Amino acid sequence: MILNVLIWVALGIGLFFNTLGVIGILRFPDVYTRLHADTKATTFGSIFTSIAVVLYAAGQYWHTLDGQYATLALHTVIAVVVLAITNATGAHAIARAAYRRGHRPVQAVVDHLEGKP
Amino acid sequence: MLAFIVTALFSGAVYLLLTAGSGSVLHFWAPTELVVACFVALAVGLVARKYFAHARQRAVLNPVRWVLGVAYAVGPFFLEMAKANVDVAYRVITGRIRPGIMRVKSGMKTDVGTLMLANSITLTPGTLTVDIDEETNDLYVHFINLADETKAREFLEAEEVFGLFNCPAWVRRIAE
Repeated sequence: MILNVLIWVALGIGLFFNTLGVIGILRFPDVYTRLHADTKATTFGSIFTSIAVVLYAAGQYWHTLDGQYATLALHTVIAVVVLAITNATGAHAIARAAYRRGHRPVQAVVDHLEGKP
Repeated sequence: MLAFIVTALFSGAVYLLLTAGSGSVLHFWAPTELVVACFVALAVGLVARKYFAHARQRAVLNPVRWVLGVAYAVGPFFLEMAKANVDVAYRVITGRIRPGIMRVKSGMKTDVGTLMLANSITLTPGTLTVDIDEETNDLYVHFINLADETKAREFLEAEEVFGLFNCPAWVRRIAE
């Protein structure tokens, strides 16, 4: 019962931040600010939806002692670790590629990369 | 040789983690999966040893640093990330931004340290790593909201990018 509430709360937080990430992509003016919303909000949101999955798997394992739920929890944890690393690295790669392609930050007040190769 | 052993052990361990629960040998694995794990470890160790393990990054092998790394991930890093998300939520809803790209002195000496710091910066409040100066390991960071007094400066120290904790010191302890 309490576990169910916790699962719903974690799912709610996760979906809220993932939704914010999507709205951010639509609202912000250029690729860099969009990446801000995208990487931070979706990583954080996905961590919480994954916590919900782990809680669900732990609850099921407690009742049934079926090994597949332990596997499910383990895979989810691995997915979160990989996601946190690749999301940040991927955003870095996209931002760098965008800058080299010639996209300058919109409304920028300062740009130290200007003129660098 | 050490590079090959480290890479093979790491890839074998990851394969075993991914296939845990497939059978009953040692409680977790099917016999075929153990055989396949050996082949995967050999193949990946041969192919990737030059990219995965550099001699000057041997410090990362120390298990104490792994424990520190986990502590960093669930403690300071997670709290910074929570703050980052409240910040992004505020900017998404109000649309108040003053973006700019600043040079940040990282002070890191190894590739792993620079990677960890760059990823930490990307996932913490208001900042996104755009480029790296590969000679000095300095980072070019996109700020979503720059204050007037910081914008005039030549560069920032890495410590100033984080609000709550001294993350660069943690990264240095873990990766260098």
